[in-house]
Amino acid sequence: MAVAVTQAPARPFARPKSEHGFWSWISTVDHKRIGILYGVTAFLFFLVGGTEALLIRLQLAGPNGKILTAEEYNQLFTMHGTTMIFLVVMPTAAAFGNYFVPILIGARDVAFPRLNAFGYWAFLAGGLFLYSSFLLGGAPDGGWFGYAPQTIGKFNPGHGIDFWLIGLIITGIGSLTAAANFIVTTLNLRAPGMTLMRMPVFVWMNLVVSFLLLFAIPVITVALFELFFDRHFGSNFFNANLGGDPVLWQHLFWLFGHPEVYILILPAMGIVSEVLPVFSRKPLFGYSVVVFSGIAIGFMGWGVWAHHMFAVGLGPVANSAFAASTMFIAVPTGVKIFNWLATTWGGDLRLKTPMLFALGFIGEFTIGGLSGVTHSIVPSDYQQTDTYYVVAHFHYVLFGGAILGLFAGVYYWFPAVTGKLLDEKLGKIHFWLIIIGLNLTFGPMHILGLQGQPRRTYQYPKGMGWEMWNGIETLGAFIIALSILVFIVNALKTARSKEMAPPDPWDARTLEWTIPAPPPAYNFAEIPVVHARDDFWHRKYTEDENGRLVRIPAGGADEASGVTEHGGGGTTTAEHDDHGDGHGHGIHMPSPSYFPALAGLGIFIIGYGAIYHWWIGAIGGLILLAGIFGWGNEPLAEEH
Amino acid sequence: MRRGLAGRLRRLRVAAIPAVLVFLASCASHAPQDSLKAHGPVARKEDNLFVAVFIVAALVFFLVEFLLFASVFKHRHRPGRPDPIQVHGNTKLELGWTVVPALLLVGVAFPTIFTIFDLAKEPTKNVLPVEVYGHMWWWEYRYPTLGISTANEMHIPTKTPVRLSLRTIEPGLPAAKGEDFAAGVIHSFWVPPLAGKQDVVPGRVNKLTIQADEPGDYPGQCAEYCNLSHANMRLRVVAQTQNDFQAWVVQQAKPVVVPGGGDAAAGYKLFTGRGTCIGCHTMQGVQGATARVGPNLTHLMGREKFAGDTFDINPENLNRWIHNPSKMKPMRPEQGTGMPDLVDTGPHLTDTEINQLVAFLTTLK
Repeated sequence: MAVAVTQAPARPFARPKSEHGFWSWISTVDHKRIGILYGVTAFLFFLVGGTEALLIRLQLAGPNGKILTAEEYNQLFTMHGTTMIFLVVMPTAAAFGNYFVPILIGARDVAFPRLNAFGYWAFLAGGLFLYSSFLLGGAPDGGWFGYAPQTIGKFNPGHGIDFWLIGLIITGIGSLTAAANFIVTTLNLRAPGMTLMRMPVFVWMNLVVSFLLLFAIPVITVALFELFFDRHFGSNFFNANLGGDPVLWQHLFWLFGHPEVYILILPAMGIVSEVLPVFSRKPLFGYSVVVFSGIAIGFMGWGVWAHHMFAVGLGPVANSAFAASTMFIAVPTGVKIFNWLATTWGGDLRLKTPMLFALGFIGEFTIGGLSGVTHSIVPSDYQQTDTYYVVAHFHYVLFGGAILGLFAGVYYWFPAVTGKLLDEKLGKIHFWLIIIGLNLTFGPMHILGLQGQPRRTYQYPKGMGWEMWNGIETLGAFIIALSILVFIVNALKTARSKEMAPPDPWDARTLEWTIPAPPPAYNFAEIPVVHARDDFWHRKYTEDENGRLVRIPAGGADEASGVTEHGGGGTTTAEHDDHGDGHGHGIHMPSPSYFPALAGLGIFIIGYGAIYHWWIGAIGGLILLAGIFGWGNEPLAEEH
Repeated sequence: MRRGLAGRLRRLRVAAIPAVLVFLASCASHAPQDSLKAHGPVARKEDNLFVAVFIVAALVFFLVEFLLFASVFKHRHRPGRPDPIQVHGNTKLELGWTVVPALLLVGVAFPTIFTIFDLAKEPTKNVLPVEVYGHMWWWEYRYPTLGISTANEMHIPTKTPVRLSLRTIEPGLPAAKGEDFAAGVIHSFWVPPLAGKQDVVPGRVNKLTIQADEPGDYPGQCAEYCNLSHANMRLRVVAQTQNDFQAWVVQQAKPVVVPGGGDAAAGYKLFTGRGTCIGCHTMQGVQGATARVGPNLTHLMGREKFAGDTFDINPENLNRWIHNPSKMKPMRPEQGTGMPDLVDTGPHLTDTEINQLVAFLTTLK
């Protein structure tokens, strides 16, 4: 990535210089800082989406809840779902991908650093745009699935749905650029010797997810535009009276929506596949099977969408076909579970917090996976669909699965990012509270769904037999909230603490632990040469003829890996490089730029133009053009 | 000490996770909308399949959780233990846990597909057809072979397959052409004790068979989010013996009995005149009172509840309702979805007039 530019063209603005403070974050193109931006933003949205969930649970704690009106409740469940999917789980996965994919493949940077920054700003713009609806007449109330035609015309007056449509289109732009960047980075920037089949599973899953995004986001974008046209320009894509079809929306939405489920879960599966071997002190059992089952899930995920539509009336042939495809996507998923179990079997399990979250992932995700199989039984799905049974299912997958997996990643990689270990005791309290809370919240939903409680209802009458479990669920939700508070306390406490983690605190296996923490801007002073899967591990250990671990003598390991006191190969360079930016080391990194953020601001303003007045859009368009123009005319890196 | 606490917590988790299973016991509690207490052959077929698959799923669940806990207990780190043997995989094992689940799923797929086709079959003998219309936010039922119509509470004879045609609007009505999206939104008709749900989709006619073994009241509700008052779009199916059902049909077919005098007679005049009620509601026997924007009120008092099977029918509730319907049940009358406020808008009814209307309505047996 060391691009030397011989001549800098004249520019109207000065290039950002600061390396600390507010403007350095606005102008950063460092994949690690962008990863942190994604992570922190997503966590803030997680708190907002969680608060929405608590309000929902308060309303449903007893029959005929009066805390929220129907209108407010409908807005809150719509925003809760939309937030958790688009503004929490996806960007948190993007945070880990941004921070660690380049490091895990031994690269100094991503392929398109400024595009990467732009992707973050588009995500932030979309999220803020969506949330500004609360201040501008009311949030969307069409559900995260936004079924037509209840999102159209007289069925949905006001601008809420417009904020939802435009907001998702904007975040989609961010997802697409991120996907393109990840694909090119992963395929082109691997260190020498880092063959595809030596890549960490997390990198593989991130690659699969990037391809899924690349193909799924255009589908939802088409649907969002069509709905916008139906709302504002008199088109009739979903108008049954004039030859349109509301079911078209469902096909488009779920053709995106089901791959989206795998977009949400595969990164967590990747993290779990990294954490389990480290804390079992054994390699991942059946690496290639785990990788290929992830790829298989990526392909098969495109052939199951109509299982969201079994009650629509597609007919017995279509329902049978999608029942069969849905059953069979359970096979590669089950394979992963058994491979993870086999990874731990016979290991020397260190039950540190990241490991607890990874084990929790297996236990809870299994429940969601199995209830998913019961959905493929079409005749019983006629009863279960659109009930709390489905709500239970996808919360076990997305909370018991994705969120627990992502927390495993937070605890595991926190020392690699900050150089400090999160507190183990608080981490364990967090873990046990969240496990108890999530099972109390989502477990009884199975029962309520089977007892006939439908989703998306702001009240239920007395005498339905649903009171007790709903009360318990609300209690569980607050236990989850408490666990998140414990996590926040832990993070703040650790941030203030002066105590630094030892280098390679988990005795880990992959390249992120060979460099100092926090890593320098250029990641690797010298690009590593990779000799094996889990390369770092093999620099530390070898196996005897019985497969027992043998530690390579300490001096040998240091020689081989460059591991030194501060965890990495940077000690010698650090002497010369007091900025940590590579300047002193002769490594040219891309210089910061304001233009990606400016382009993001332009798109943000264009969004209001689409809803209110064309001239707002024109202003946004000019800002976007200025951003792109400046970006295009700016050299990647300055000459020193 | 620490280990003791962790152990106790772990046991707690063992108890918390299979909460799923507690549902078997909890079915004993009174949940009238329970989908696992079938009261007819359609729901029974669906439930039997679920219970069979649930047992298989439960076995897999226990296997996985057992292996997980066994692995944690057996292989957790203890000081002095040698480093583990580095196993990289085992092709035979991995083939095994690919093929066995696949075979298991094939075993599940066959009965599933058979039942899908079985349930899709058109019943032939002794069928009662009923047209179901999903409105925002109430249900209209029309019995084409019997010439009657009602709302929210569907009466059916027991042991008879009732073939429902589900739609949002009758093709050919003026509103079905032209006007933007007049066909309404998607709903889903669901009576868990009798059958799984079937969506009601604008532009389509979906079919569903329901059948009840025994007389009884079977509650259900709209199961597809239809915006604002989705939660208040409830329904019930009243299954009756053949004789009771016939008597109900005869009663429903009768025209309105025009009250002789008093408040009720004044109410009747309001209903058919200044009150503008017949602009939206059907009143059998009254010239021109055939509108279907709101429910047919000819035999209102024969029903237990109103406004999407949400509120008990009694004079106080009716009074409150006419004063401001959207206050009792969230609606958007200004958008044409839901009953308008007749006090502040339209005919500007007075309190006396509302009392007269309620007096009339309560005569509608």
